[in-house]
Amino acid sequence: MTGQERRNLRTGILFISPWIVGFLAFCAYPLVSSIYFSLCDYSVLSPAAFVGTQNYRDLATDEVFWTALYNTFFFAAFAIPLGLFVSLSLAILLNFEVRCRGIFRTIFFLPSLVPMVCLAVLWQWLLNGELGLVNATINPVLDVFNHALGTHWQAPNWLLEARYAKWGIIFTVLWGTGNAVVIFLAGLQDVPAHLYESADIDGASFWQKTLHITLPILSPVIYFNMIMGVIGSFQVFAVPYVMTGGGDGPGRSLLFLATYLYQNAFDYWNMGYACAIGVILFAIILFLTLIATKVSARHVYYAGK
Amino acid sequence: MPARRFVAACCLALAGLGILSGADDGRVVIRYWDKWTGFEADAMRSVVEDFNSSQTRIFVEYSSVSQIDRRLMLATAGGLPPDVAGIWVINLPVYAENNALTPLDSFARKAGISEKDYIPAFWGMCRYRGHLWALPSTPSSTALIYNKKMFREVGLDPEKPPRTIAELEAFNEKLTRRSASGRLETIGHMPEEPGWWNGLWGYWFGGSMVDGEATITANSPENLAAYRWVQSYPERFGAKNLLSLRDGFGNFASPQNAFFTGRVAMVLQGVWIYNFIKNYAPPDFEWGVAPFPSNDPGHLRDVTIVDSDLLVIPAGAKHPKEAFEFMRYVNSQAPMEKLCLGQRKFSPLSECGPDFFKAHPNPYIRTFLELAKSPNARTIPMVPTWSEYSADMKNAVTRIWNGEATAEEALADVQKRQQKTILRRMERWHRSEPALTKLWGEQ
Repeated sequence: MTGQERRNLRTGILFISPWIVGFLAFCAYPLVSSIYFSLCDYSVLSPAAFVGTQNYRDLATDEVFWTALYNTFFFAAFAIPLGLFVSLSLAILLNFEVRCRGIFRTIFFLPSLVPMVCLAVLWQWLLNGELGLVNATINPVLDVFNHALGTHWQAPNWLLEARYAKWGIIFTVLWGTGNAVVIFLAGLQDVPAHLYESADIDGASFWQKTLHITLPILSPVIYFNMIMGVIGSFQVFAVPYVMTGGGDGPGRSLLFLATYLYQNAFDYWNMGYACAIGVILFAIILFLTLIATKVSARHVYYAGK
Repeated sequence: MPARRFVAACCLALAGLGILSGADDGRVVIRYWDKWTGFEADAMRSVVEDFNSSQTRIFVEYSSVSQIDRRLMLATAGGLPPDVAGIWVINLPVYAENNALTPLDSFARKAGISEKDYIPAFWGMCRYRGHLWALPSTPSSTALIYNKKMFREVGLDPEKPPRTIAELEAFNEKLTRRSASGRLETIGHMPEEPGWWNGLWGYWFGGSMVDGEATITANSPENLAAYRWVQSYPERFGAKNLLSLRDGFGNFASPQNAFFTGRVAMVLQGVWIYNFIKNYAPPDFEWGVAPFPSNDPGHLRDVTIVDSDLLVIPAGAKHPKEAFEFMRYVNSQAPMEKLCLGQRKFSPLSECGPDFFKAHPNPYIRTFLELAKSPNARTIPMVPTWSEYSADMKNAVTRIWNGEATAEEALADVQKRQQKTILRRMERWHRSEPALTKLWGEQ
């Protein structure tokens, strides 16, 4: 390395040092220390005592943790595909050359500007079993069936019945899908028009064009939104936390990993246990992202390659 | 140079803040955090002002702090706690065991404060593991609050509230109204409204939640009896009917409160209910207060859950002596009565002047006070795991309520889980016990 190169290196490091310091202090240190604390009995105020893998062994036999894990996977298994499907469909529709397209796009994006907490409070009332607008829409339909078939169907009390509570949250989160729509829309602008033109000349239908041109070219964007969906869904916290008033829903049906982590850290003074949950959450997301990357390597098309 | 001017402006602004905070006359500034806002904060502020004007040495600065238990934990961990803080009883064992509080034994001894100055239940909740950790600020007790008008409408004597669980249920039958299609329109009583003490129904059946310091008794015969009573609600009224009824209830602090709108006739509530009735109930709302009925009033009279806001000195506070001086002032008779009158509560002190009751707007304040003095005045279990324990009890009640488990099954699950949890917590305590006992002994 010449003197000039060394000087350049030093200047370069100096210029990126705010980022490096920030990364080390606010990302690397918490990450490493939470792995360490997950091996300790730690209450924040008392010094951490090393206990080996005890937290992990306790987690393995903690049925509340398993409930939280199941709820989180259940939520992710429906929220991610539904979210992708809805946002992609909306993006394709909003990409049609129709009048007032800008207004429609704005309308569908608006809900994602609503802060999570307001969204949760709003849907708490929409999903109310007695007074909610959701049931006010469903019940007349059910009444028609009940009248015709002699059944006694009733719309559920969404957030008070363990069986339906998670669906309530899934619908709520779906409502804020505007961000993904915008990213899909940007991706759609990148699909070369000449491909559609030649497909038109060959007499391809709308579905054929969507399936064979739009989706393949959009695949990196779908992949990106999917990964973001995985991360977001496994960390779901604010909406269920607010909708249950800081609790975990009927029969713990709305207890997610992030909620249980939070409860352990700040309500139960078990920071070590909370760190162990955090590490497991990290491992799950890492694992799923790796799988997604592996699988998608064959299915994602990058124009640059 | 603009940058230098900017820094100078910042320094001036900071200095300005310092002056505004009242630290200019050389008095020791005590930072005091409490959870109150609104009229409750006003009552404490007025007491703080009295104290400050009586003082040449100490100046107390009151701040309303939301989520005070979490903030206090983080501030104490960061080494910058306030000098005085107002916490809840549920925080006390866990804060004490984690060395987050200053023991007050020697301060109290020097100031001549002792057990005889307080109603026993409130002195008891300030003590943990042989030390005094707090002094009460404003206390509470719970009672049966009932809607007199609804009593009259169904032919019940509004001056004769139920005295046993059996009577409560007989009244409940009379007060409950169903629509033609069988849906519940009003109900006499349901344990889930408001359901704030869902883990403690055993108290009215003679039960306890813990025995000693580490034996969980969630499924003792008394508690089983209590939760079989809870289980009888979905069995009698139908789980779905109860859910639908409850989903139609408005927020507690609103005119849509189910008790104020006459959808529930009898509730378990605390002394604070007066403030909410005044603010949210219709002007012609008629209410009565009585001890919540127990299953055997011959042996179990005047059962109540007592609670209190507590004043503590966090560990690492800069001016513990001055902080205690302020706490002592709040705990002397006149200021305490002013505070409790302002917050519409009763005084936790054993002495209370007759003027207090004359001035008090709550017509039932004596009933709440007498309940607090009852030998069956019970506090939440003083164990460091009560947060987890009560969350589990709440979950057990939901399971029972939704017909997913019987009382036996639900409580057996709680028992198993919480016994394990508390033993783990005892391991933590035994690790720190020798050092902490020595430290507290010295202080």
